[in-house]
Amino acid sequence: MINLKINGKSIQAEPGKTILQVAKEHDVHVPTLCYHKDLSPTGNCRMCVVEVKGGRFLQAACVTPIWEGMEIETENEKVMKDRKLTLELMLANHPVDCMICDAAGKCELQDLAYEYQAQIPAWGTKGTRYPVNSDPNPFIRVDMNKCILCRRCVLACEEIQGRDVWGVAKRGFDEIIVAGAGVTMLEARCESCGQCVAFCPTGALSNKMNYGMARAHQVKKVATICSYCGVGCQFDLLVKNNKVIGVSSNPDAPVNGMALCVKGRYAYDYIHHPERLVKPRVRKYLLEGKRKSDIRDSIAEGRKPKVGLSNIESPWDWVEVEWDKALDIVAEKFAETRMKFGADSLGFLTSAKCLNEENYLMNKLARQVVGTNNIDHCARL
Amino acid sequence: MSNSMDDIANFAEAFFIIGSNTTEQHPVFGTMIRRAVRKRGAKLIVADPRKIDITEIATLHLRHRPGTDIALLNGLMYIILEKGMEDKAFIEERTEGFEEFKQTVMQYPPEKAAEITNVPVEKLYETAEILASCKPTAVLWAMGITQHIVGVRNVMDLANLQMLLGNMGKPGGGVNPLRGQNNVQGACDMGGLPNVYPAYQPVTSEEARDKFAKAWGATTEAKVGLTVTEMMPGILEGKIKSLYILGEDPIMSDPDTKHIRHCLEELDFLVLQEIFPSETSVYADVLLPGVTFAEKTGTFTNTERRVQLVRQAIPTQGDAKPDWWITSEIAKRLMERISDRVRKEAPYAGWGYKNTSEIMAEINTVTTSYGGITHARLEAGERLQWPCPTFDHPGTPILHTKQFTRGKGKFMPIDHVPPAEKPDDDFPMIMSTGRVLYHWHGGQMTRRAKGIMQVYGEALVEVNPDDATTLGLNGKNVVRITSRRGSIEAQAWVTDRVPPGMVYANFHFPEASANELTHASLDPVSKIPEYKVTAVKVEPV
Repeated sequence: MINLKINGKSIQAEPGKTILQVAKEHDVHVPTLCYHKDLSPTGNCRMCVVEVKGGRFLQAACVTPIWEGMEIETENEKVMKDRKLTLELMLANHPVDCMICDAAGKCELQDLAYEYQAQIPAWGTKGTRYPVNSDPNPFIRVDMNKCILCRRCVLACEEIQGRDVWGVAKRGFDEIIVAGAGVTMLEARCESCGQCVAFCPTGALSNKMNYGMARAHQVKKVATICSYCGVGCQFDLLVKNNKVIGVSSNPDAPVNGMALCVKGRYAYDYIHHPERLVKPRVRKYLLEGKRKSDIRDSIAEGRKPKVGLSNIESPWDWVEVEWDKALDIVAEKFAETRMKFGADSLGFLTSAKCLNEENYLMNKLARQVVGTNNIDHCARL
Repeated sequence: MSNSMDDIANFAEAFFIIGSNTTEQHPVFGTMIRRAVRKRGAKLIVADPRKIDITEIATLHLRHRPGTDIALLNGLMYIILEKGMEDKAFIEERTEGFEEFKQTVMQYPPEKAAEITNVPVEKLYETAEILASCKPTAVLWAMGITQHIVGVRNVMDLANLQMLLGNMGKPGGGVNPLRGQNNVQGACDMGGLPNVYPAYQPVTSEEARDKFAKAWGATTEAKVGLTVTEMMPGILEGKIKSLYILGEDPIMSDPDTKHIRHCLEELDFLVLQEIFPSETSVYADVLLPGVTFAEKTGTFTNTERRVQLVRQAIPTQGDAKPDWWITSEIAKRLMERISDRVRKEAPYAGWGYKNTSEIMAEINTVTTSYGGITHARLEAGERLQWPCPTFDHPGTPILHTKQFTRGKGKFMPIDHVPPAEKPDDDFPMIMSTGRVLYHWHGGQMTRRAKGIMQVYGEALVEVNPDDATTLGLNGKNVVRITSRRGSIEAQAWVTDRVPPGMVYANFHFPEASANELTHASLDPVSKIPEYKVTAVKVEPV
């Protein structure tokens, strides 16, 4: 174990750890911006600087390993002044539009500016240097004016997604994050997983589908499981006014952590699609007491693709009915079929998209109530 | 999966991926493999006729002919045995049937395997070296292995390989089929299969029938029911009169769409419970509005047997109802009409569920592997993988650590069988089918996702550049693909992802669904259709 002091307090820590790790373990707050627990630390934003006794410069806590006898000050005047100046330099190159920025309320730069009461410096800001919403990707909104060059997006794409879409171009004040060799994200083979958005600490990368729809404090987050593939990623559904307006990574997700794919993160808008079925429907002939065999011609006509409710009267038309009516028709028909042709004349296809509990009930319905083993689902398809 | 995704990603020395387009079909697990290969230096062997995305980072890509998996695996196992690289201790202690199996494998010297598969002999040797030297190696597969008339035999041969290498029952190894749908594992676990009650208790077992007769007050005859691929033709044979379909779209997802249409047309009564008016709804007599995952609470079981809580986030839309409620209501009403069947005093005869937590409590009592999995435990943050038989059991991340379910692992002698449908002069090319990253299965959900449609808005058929030249596509990129059953027109994507002589099509779009062309030749055991090999003719339009 290594002996060191943080803010005058003696502590012991395992060798190989960084100052930031040790500080966290002992509940000493060190502000961070480019650092993220799931990504390799790079030490390039300078927000986590601390003073190490005997050192010529302040040290970035996220990349400085501890050593025997180290004495660290995390909140002395020199450190606080330096951090504030760092923030002011960032703000000097950042649009002042927090009032309408989508990231406000979850923006880490905004939080730190508030914590350090950093203002737009007296010499003003550089304003807007790049086109706003500059990439045609349908899911990801890019506004490089708000980028603080922390490189989390670069690392998220490289280390989490393994796709290397983002990179850094140019040097000095012109330094900028680019997709590929300065092409669009999709041209740079982006898979639209949105990992970069999830890791971006500011409004530089945000989600197009819900841009401007809600502030962070206006949404309810509900942790749930993705409905697409069998990996079983967990995420938070973002709900406002009883509507799902987005999906965000849940850092505690057991299988996937922060990672999601394009379908999990962005293919949620089907939930409120206007074509959703919201009322039971039965074919008109069922209400008229007719038999299907009597209306063959109408069916053939009606099956020519068109699914909606039409004005032309046909016994094969859909009629919206109350639940009781629809359920009674179903039960009556199933009972009749069973009586006439036996239990095995009924078939049940349960659903790999539905809950375990629902699949259990389909199995129980087929086997207990009806008495057939004709039950299957699309596992083979 | 015998193992968990994180143990495979963290501990596999090598991955052998065969018949899984992991980065597109299980994208987040795909990224875990990418990380293991790129950061940890794990070896990666991909066996797939197509140059799928993950082959970019593969140590070796074996581009075998579609439908030659067994010849490939037997050829590899021949080399392993020839060089004495098998795990003799594992074979001795934990398996049986080795000698008979070995005799079969010895019929597949590398030269013969190379001739059948079109994989060069040197590559077979290189692969065998990696498999034998990287312990453990995890084997991963998906529908590329199972959707063949020899699907079951393919899987058994992969189990042979892992037993031969002694890769079973340890972190980073195992046999790992990646399940497609979010809850296909759960649907199987819950008895959504014609041959088993929940937790794979056979319907032919007296003991299981007795158990459910006691619990439910009624059960079935000891006779295996029909699979989906048997029910459809069963309609034409007059066996099936009524169908109750919950959240499935056979018109899009079943083989040979024209035939399926014909079957559904002949059906007396079709009840479809759905969230959208799907392609199948055209044939439905009653359409019941169910809800999406955002509107109900319950559990899904993922590919690694992890049972996870789905939480309701928004109210049900319009008059739509949770699917468990609808099924319960149908059951209650049907039971009134078939009054003599169910013994009402049985503890679980009734259907008065107030929520899914109550249903899970019933599942606990009749489903040993789910015996200890409750909503309350999941809500408290416990991470449970079945088997989890009791309320204090921590769950089981890895199966078969000490012994196999049947005791000793049995080697099965497996021979190569060519695919059912062979190319000829009229249909000279092979079509394989599957999904793409951006879309999901029959496309009911993703075709209604706006951004997705901007990125991938129509069906693309992969055609090799050499074939494009031969066919005279010349920038005229719409092709007509015809099989012995039907024809579709779609945009060609000229790419060397497919080898010459092969095209790849998806079934996400009704106007150009690959299933218009596929055929219903089934594996004799699993009844899975051979989607991966269809003989077709391709022409420019």
